[in-house]
Amino acid sequence: MSSKASILAAIKGLNMKEKPLPEIPDFDVAPDLIEAYTHSLNGNKGTVVSKEELEQLIAETGFPKIYSSSPSFATFTNCELPQHPADFADLDLAIIEGQFASAENAAIWLDESNLDLRAIPFITAHLVIVIKKENIVGNMHEAYKRIGATKSGFGVFIAGPSKTADIEQSLVVGAHGAMSLRVVIL
Amino acid sequence: MSHPENATVFLKDKERAKWHDDTLWIVRQKRDVTIHQIPEWEKLRELASQIKDHTLSKLDFYLEELEKNATANGIKVHWAENAEEHNKIIGKILDEKNCKAIVKSKSILTEECHLNPFLEEKGIEVVDTDLGERIIQFLKQPPSHIVMPAIHLKKSDISDIFHEKLHTEKGNVDPVYLTHAARLHLREKFLQAKVAITGVNFAIAETGEFVVCTNEGNADMGVHLADTHIACMGIEKLIPRRKDLGVFLRLLARSATGQSITNYNSHFRSPSPGKELHLILVNNGRTKQLAREKFRNSLKCIRCGACMNTCPIYRRSGGFSYGSTVPGPIGSILSPGIDLKKYSTLPFASTLCGSCTDVCPVKINIHEQLYEWRQEITKAQGASLKGLSMKLANGIFKSPLAYKVSGKLMRASLKTLPDSIIYNPLNAWGKGRNLPNLPEESFKDWYKKNRNK
Amino acid sequence: MKKDVPHIGLFIPCYIDQFYPNVAIATLELLEKLGCKVTYPLGQTCCGQPMSNAGFEADSEGTTSKFISDFAKFDYIVAPSGSCVLHVKEHSPKVDKLKKNQEHVQSNIYELSEFITDVLKVDSIKGSFPHKIGFHASCHGLRGLRLASDSERNEPPFNKTLQLMKDLEGLEVVELTRKDECCGFGGTFAVSEEAISVQMGKDRIADHVDKGVEIIVGGDMSCIMHMQGIATRDKDNVQLMHFAEILNQVIS
Ligand code: SF4
Repeated sequence: MSSKASILAAIKGLNMKEKPLPEIPDFDVAPDLIEAYTHSLNGNKGTVVSKEELEQLIAETGFPKIYSSSPSFATFTNCELPQHPADFADLDLAIIEGQFASAENAAIWLDESNLDLRAIPFITAHLVIVIKKENIVGNMHEAYKRIGATKSGFGVFIAGPSKTADIEQSLVVGAHGAMSLRVVIL
Repeated sequence: MSHPENATVFLKDKERAKWHDDTLWIVRQKRDVTIHQIPEWEKLRELASQIKDHTLSKLDFYLEELEKNATANGIKVHWAENAEEHNKIIGKILDEKNCKAIVKSKSILTEECHLNPFLEEKGIEVVDTDLGERIIQFLKQPPSHIVMPAIHLKKSDISDIFHEKLHTEKGNVDPVYLTHAARLHLREKFLQAKVAITGVNFAIAETGEFVVCTNEGNADMGVHLADTHIACMGIEKLIPRRKDLGVFLRLLARSATGQSITNYNSHFRSPSPGKELHLILVNNGRTKQLAREKFRNSLKCIRCGACMNTCPIYRRSGGFSYGSTVPGPIGSILSPGIDLKKYSTLPFASTLCGSCTDVCPVKINIHEQLYEWRQEITKAQGASLKGLSMKLANGIFKSPLAYKVSGKLMRASLKTLPDSIIYNPLNAWGKGRNLPNLPEESFKDWYKKNRNK
Repeated sequence: MKKDVPHIGLFIPCYIDQFYPNVAIATLELLEKLGCKVTYPLGQTCCGQPMSNAGFEADSEGTTSKFISDFAKFDYIVAPSGSCVLHVKEHSPKVDKLKKNQEHVQSNIYELSEFITDVLKVDSIKGSFPHKIGFHASCHGLRGLRLASDSERNEPPFNKTLQLMKDLEGLEVVELTRKDECCGFGGTFAVSEEAISVQMGKDRIADHVDKGVEIIVGGDMSCIMHMQGIATRDKDNVQLMHFAEILNQVIS
């Protein structure tokens, strides 16, 4: 018997009585979603910045390699999209659009339609995600309602920069992926 | 394997033991703070529990759904009856790719299957990319906690091993410095790896996708740079619907560390063009546990680690004292199902305080299952010494006369013989504790004189 | 005493009978002062908990049958121990031939403070007790019988035992760092895992002592016996008491 057959047979043999699958109700959400979002993002060690602040930051820091797939910041792109993601290992700043965000935990949903390469938000040294005010929802239940049955090969909720607390529980930002996350709310 | 012996050794280094206890208690406190910000917390736990109960009750159906939908998405699905088969499947894929080095993000399942030694034997370099896991890999240790694998180590220990392996400055214990050194070291590994292995937090039957949660982003760094992604999951990791993730992602990180969510929650549905995505469904004893009605719902576990952080015994004995892949309360109800004899002391490594059950985001009645395992173990052991004295006790308590005599005798003998051999366990009692002061008369005698004349 | 008052069977766990008669006396007197008719069935022995928790539930059937026949005749059964009450309610083996009586016993057995608040509907006891205390919730009372809210769950705060003491003049109840951590007694655990058991007890006492507590107050003598044993050995400057002793002392 194949392992598939034996595993399934072992389960079927138990003749378990089906238990009910609950529906998920709606829950109250924060009254001011932008404020709640900002608060949550700070908790995850990310920051909300304005369009102007971001432009100023880019002007002042002079990131050598910038890739933006956000139309609002298209002019900052100064490199080509490579064939292989490893060639983005030296990417300093990526600016991408997020579809929507959940205020309770600052998580932003992105899928392949936002990602020219799946690796971009992870491999870049610094990450900026742009979201629209009206696309901030209250909690994860609302977020999954928004995702619905959309088909994408890859989707991700990003809620902050790469971080770790594996050394004596001290929080360190910038473990492997992006060392900072800035969110622009338009 | 004896938990009490291991615990005694752990507690010998008083300072370190206290530090371990305090560190985990802080994690528990962070969890308390966040969950109190969610008014519907208890409702979410109930939902999660019901969703998992439902899934387990139709596990065969959902597994087939998952396979069907995942296959349609272009994922190659494999089934493994046990650890050996799981390792072989991975070995075969690596052979086909002629792959000699892999990166791996955190997966308790691959620990359980002892994948690393298997691959290393084949001459394949395995790099664990979660920082905590990389640290213990350098030290050739297993994880001592399922979420915080290196929680037993101090930064000075980590500094020493990094000095040896990564040539960091001797004595530099700054976590930022050490983490940065690991970042540079692991970057190189990510950029070279052709195959990346990950675990799975949740697999969704309805869509055929699976979700991997990390804070470091190491799973994503691995898989998006590699050509082949192999994901390994126990068959209990399933949930029916995508929207169920809303419930579980709200619970998982809050329970684990007190964060509102992990920073990266990646949903894998199909491979990038030109790449390969494999999903291995592993049994390794899970259907056996499913067959044990009293212990079935231990399979609801989402591996958040909250029961470990809250457990007063885990905090004071460390993960290694359990001698099993999954330590702590949940480990103590899973492991006896794997090897009753080897793990027979684990269900007794608890005061049955019930704190684990109350923190568990999927409402596993952990302490009640510990109690039930005790009954199974004593049955399996037959008339051991402890059993004999307990049977004796039952005889005594059944008969008021015997109870009276033995009580009097005990009180009398305790007065004269503090190390009395009549009631042997009292020796262990007396090591760090005094016995109660003995009253002149029992309540029963008092009552007879004062109320029952 | 009124004729129609319910009849309470006083259940005094074996170790309280033998080691802590004063707690049993306080429980009896307190209930009497609250107007109850109380009888202590002299034949009673033990509920069977030590055996069951050690993994010998099946062997404790004799003890359980004895318990049922001793107590089935009462309207209520009250004990100054959450742990033993929980055992009778949930862990005693089913005795088929005594099914009806067992059900009666299981649904009418109460821990002392919940009996006073929930059945006698007494909100609080008036009196004076000018001391700084810390409260040690026994795990079985707390998470088993739900005598109070615990810090693990998100639920409205309540505590039936402390509620009874809330109006005592001069009483100060300190906030502990680990509000409801286990003391480490755990029945046979106290001896089979001696090292951790004692360490947990020490830590639990330290949490109280660090906050200047004079008296650690609890509802389960098993926890108190364990902590008292450590406190005496370590010469800690703290007293331990069962809440029944305090309430019986202050009530007029
Ligand atoms: S048993 Fe519950 S608390 Fe423990 S790891 Fe599993 S899900 Fe978390």
